[in-house]
Parts: sequence; C-alpha cells; structure tokens
Amino acid sequence: MAKITYIEHTGKEHVIDAPNGQTVMEAAVKHAVPGIDADCGGACACATCHVYVDPEWLAKTGEASSMEQSMLDFANDVEDNSRLSCQIKVSDALDGLVVRLPKSQH
Amino acid sequence: MSTGEIKRVIIIGAGQAGGETAQRLRQAGFDGDITLIGEEPAPPYQRPPLSKAYLKGEYDMDRLLLRPASVYAEENITLLTSLRAVWIDRANRRVRVEGGRELPYDVLVLATGAKPRKLPLVGADLDGVHLFRTAADADALRPRMVSGAKLVVVGAGYIGLEAAAVARQLGLDVTVIETAVRPLARVTSPEVAGFFLDEHTRQGVRFVLGGQPALIKGRDRVTGVALSDGADVPADIVIAGIGVTPEVALAQQCGLAVENGIVTNRQCLTSDPAIYAIGDCAARPIVHFDERVARLESVHNAVEGAKIVAAAITGGKPHVEEAPWFWSDQYDLKLQIAGLFQGYDHIVLRGVMADRAFAAFYYKGPKLIAVDAVNRPAEYLGAKMLIQTGRTVAPSELEDESRPMKEIVAAAR
Ligand SMILES: Cc1cc2nc3c(=O)[nH]c(=O)nc-3n(C[C@H](O)[C@H](O)[C@H](O)COP(=O)(O)OP(=O)(O)OC[C@H]3O[C@@H](n4cnc5c(N)ncnc54)[C@H](O)[C@@H]3O)c2cc1C
Ligand code: FES
Repeated sequence: MAKITYIEHTGKEHVIDAPNGQTVMEAAVKHAVPGIDADCGGACACATCHVYVDPEWLAKTGEASSMEQSMLDFANDVEDNSRLSCQIKVSDALDGLVVRLPKSQH
Repeated sequence: MSTGEIKRVIIIGAGQAGGETAQRLRQAGFDGDITLIGEEPAPPYQRPPLSKAYLKGEYDMDRLLLRPASVYAEENITLLTSLRAVWIDRANRRVRVEGGRELPYDVLVLATGAKPRKLPLVGADLDGVHLFRTAADADALRPRMVSGAKLVVVGAGYIGLEAAAVARQLGLDVTVIETAVRPLARVTSPEVAGFFLDEHTRQGVRFVLGGQPALIKGRDRVTGVALSDGADVPADIVIAGIGVTPEVALAQQCGLAVENGIVTNRQCLTSDPAIYAIGDCAARPIVHFDERVARLESVHNAVEGAKIVAAAITGGKPHVEEAPWFWSDQYDLKLQIAGLFQGYDHIVLRGVMADRAFAAFYYKGPKLIAVDAVNRPAEYLGAKMLIQTGRTVAPSELEDESRPMKEIVAAAR
C-alpha cells in the first residue's frame, strides 16, 4: 500500500491509498481523479495517462521503458520527469509519492 | 430539446461505452437522473484484458472494472445490473425492462454492444465450445486452459490470435482453423498477416488455412472439429472467434434506422432526436475518412461515443474526434493501429519484420490512411497524429530510418 498524492493542474490535491500491484494510473482512475483519461486502460496505447513525477521520487519510480519513452515523445508538454502513470507499479517503496497532472491529456 | 430540459438520461448497455457515458456526463456537470441498465451481472468493465492478462490469470475482476462498484452510488448514478431492457416506447419516451417496469427518459443512449457469432455447425452447443465476449466467457475458459490441453480456435481474428498466444504461453497444444487463406484477413494487409502467421507458427501454433469446419465432434463434451475435406482436428476446447453481430434488436423493435449497426450522424444521434447510439452497436460517419459511415469495434470508438454524447447532452464544447486507434498484444508483440486501412493502394514499410519491430504504413494515393506498428510506438503515434490532422508524408521519408519519426511528423504538411 502506498499513499499517493495527485495534484491537478489547478492545484487541487487528491490523496489516495493505492494497493500494491496496481498502477499509479489505476489508483487514480478508480477514484475518479480528473485529469487522467487512461482511455486504453493501461495498455500503453493511448498516452492519456501522462503525469509529472515529483523530482524527489524519480529514483524510486525508475526509468521509462523504451516503449513508454517513445510514446511520451509525442505527448504534449513533456518534461524530464514525465511518465505514463499506467507504467508505474505501486509498491510500499512509493508510499508518499507525489505526481502532478498536465493541463490536458490531448 | 434544449439541454436544460433534459432531466432523465437512460443508458441501455452497461459495457465500456455505456459506463463511460455515465461517468463523463457527471464529469461534464450533468446533474439530472442517470440510469444505466446492463444485462451482465458486473458493473461496466474493460473487455480487452479478457483475451490477454485476464485469460492468463494475471488480472482479477476488480482490476477489469472501469470504476469500483461503489462509485456509481457516490455519483448518484442508478446502476441496474443483471437486467435486460426489452421494449422502447418512443412516442411516450419510456423503456420497459424485464419484469415489466417502465422507466421514463428525456434522452436515451443505446450502448448495447455486439454479441459473438455462434459457430453455424452441428455440435456448437457441446460442452467445451466457447464464445469469447464477456468476463463470464473468460471465466468458463480459464480453468480449462491447462498445459497439455488441446485448443482449437476457429477464426484467426485478433481475439482468436490473442487467445492462441496466451494458450501457447500456458503450454496448450493450439490449432487455428481459418476459412480464409490467411489470418487477420479482414483487419490487415497480407504483409502484416504474414508476419503474425510466421510468429505464431514459430511459437508452435498450427494453422489450417482455407479450412472449412463442417462439424463439432463429441458426445457430451467436444472431442474435435471435423473439416469438410475429411480431416479431423482433435480438441478439448474450441473457441469460436468468428466475429460479432451488432446488438440492434431494440433499435429495430422501435423502428430506428438500422443497417450494419444503428445508423447515427456525427453527433451519434439516431433517426430519433431523443436517442443516441454509441459503441459496437452503432455506425457513424468518420470525420477523418470523408465521413464514411463505419461501425468500429474498439475501445477508442466506445470512449469516443461517450465523449461525443456527454458533450451533446450537456451542451458543452463538442468533442474533437480522434483518428481511430486499436491495439492487440500477442506474446511480447504490441501491435498498435491508427486509421482505417480499407481501400489502401500501397504499403510502405519502415524497419524490417525480422527484427520484430516495424511499421506498415497504408496509403491511398498520396494520402496516409493507416498504420500497423509492431513494437514501434513512435511510428504509431506519429501516424495517428498525421491522420488526425489530415497531413501526409512522402513514402521515401518514412523509409529513411535515419530520420526519427518525430522529426518527420513535425515537418509534414
Ligand atoms: C476479448 C476481447 C478483446 C478485445 N480487445 C480489444 C483491444 O485490444 N483493443 C480494443 O480497442 N478493443 C478491443 N476489444 C473490443 C472492445 O472491447 C469493444 O469494442 C468494446 O467493449 C465495445 O463497447 P460497447 O460498450 O459498445 O459494447 P459492450 O462492451 O459489448 O457492452 C454492451 C453491453 O450491453 C449489454 N446489453 C445489450 N443489450 C442489452 C439490453 N437490451 N438490456 C441491457 N443490457 C444490454 C450487454 O450485455 C453488454 O454488457 C476487445 C473485445 C473483446 C470481446
Ligand atoms: S492508460 Fe493508455 S497509455 Fe497509459
């Protein structure tokens, strides 16, 4: 279990207890956090689950796979800390994780 | 009807399209009644993992759900599961459900999906012969997918081939019977079909191409499939993967225009201005393809319909349509598709198939109309972007692998 804070583009915060094994995307969608569309349900096919990982957490969330990186290349407003949240697996190590959501997923 | 007069929305069909519509209506600020009626026992869930991670046993039902069951009550959405809608009275704007109860609506959304075709053969009802559409179908299959069991898949479409891939990974003995001379005949080019045929063959799947199943054999349980040329393929399990028919019975009953699916305009409105139809059951003009009317069977299309309808009902900003997209996972191959390839006149390859990472681009004249990208997400997203914005690039540019896809897309016009 990990407590994850999602911060909408407007600054609104959502704190969610995410079970291990789910993805950071799934935990958000299941709790209706606005700003993560996740149209493909985590199949790495839609790139509408883009988040910015708080820099402090980048080491713990790991690196994007080359598949994910190529998808991110085409997302809007990509930064060094951009990730597809469906590719980050929740574990105890991510307890306290903070991610920010982009202005738009399209 | 002005949007202010819409107080009661009924959605028939609690699949991906229906579930997304309810959710997006609330997100768009609709505060009237929403009733979501679904025949299946579960709240809306995703079907794609059924033939992938779920079949493999890596996913449970909770993970398939679009939203947890509790969300519907929290958002004041009346979710009626295990309940079939049986009659639509358009004149009085009422829906009758099993048991006789009648529910009034101001706006009705038909999201009834599609049902899998049964094999038109003697023996199709034998134990061990499976359709593959619902979680219940997958649940029935899962305990039988054991190492050494003999699986015959009839029909080499995406779902059939995904099931074949999972079965090989679980150690089953797998034969695919396809009446066409190649797999994926309806959904991709001979080139890409050939790649998947080779891949599955390498993974140990046997193919009977151009095969005509004549009979499902067995007394109480299936024991095999007899072909019209006299050959016999032994089987413990048979999966019918021969496609679906749109669920249009209610639309026909109430006299809506129906062809291959419930006919709608770009706003997903049917021939009745109070009734929308979306998802697998409906056919609408596709804006990126000269408004050609198409009935798409995909998550993209289900979600798109939900977005279009939510915007229309709430009078919000119209949804900007995306170019059609789809994916399929087989073994470690991720196939990503954008656009519609039908009617292409030439094909351009970027990368080589032997590397198991390549993209096939489809052109109609000078225009790029679709891509099949295998383990090549940049080519997929790049082409999707081009198709969506009506731009194209010269085939020679795509063939030049030294230029990154992103650069090619940025320079396109
Ligand atoms: C095994 C499988 C794998 C797939 N893989 C992919 C993939 O990888 N990528 C992709 O893009 N797409 C995939 N698809 C397709 C995608 O899942 C469908 O296009 C999508 O589910 C369509 O959504 P829908 O809501 O229109 O229909 P459905 O999901 O079929 O939902 C319709 C619902 O309406 C209910 N219903 C019908 N009539 C009534 C009635 N009279 N009263 C009450 N309820 C009714 C049905 O029981 C059903 O639950 C896959 C489909 C399957 C089956
Ligand atoms: S949910 Fe579609 S790519 Fe992450």
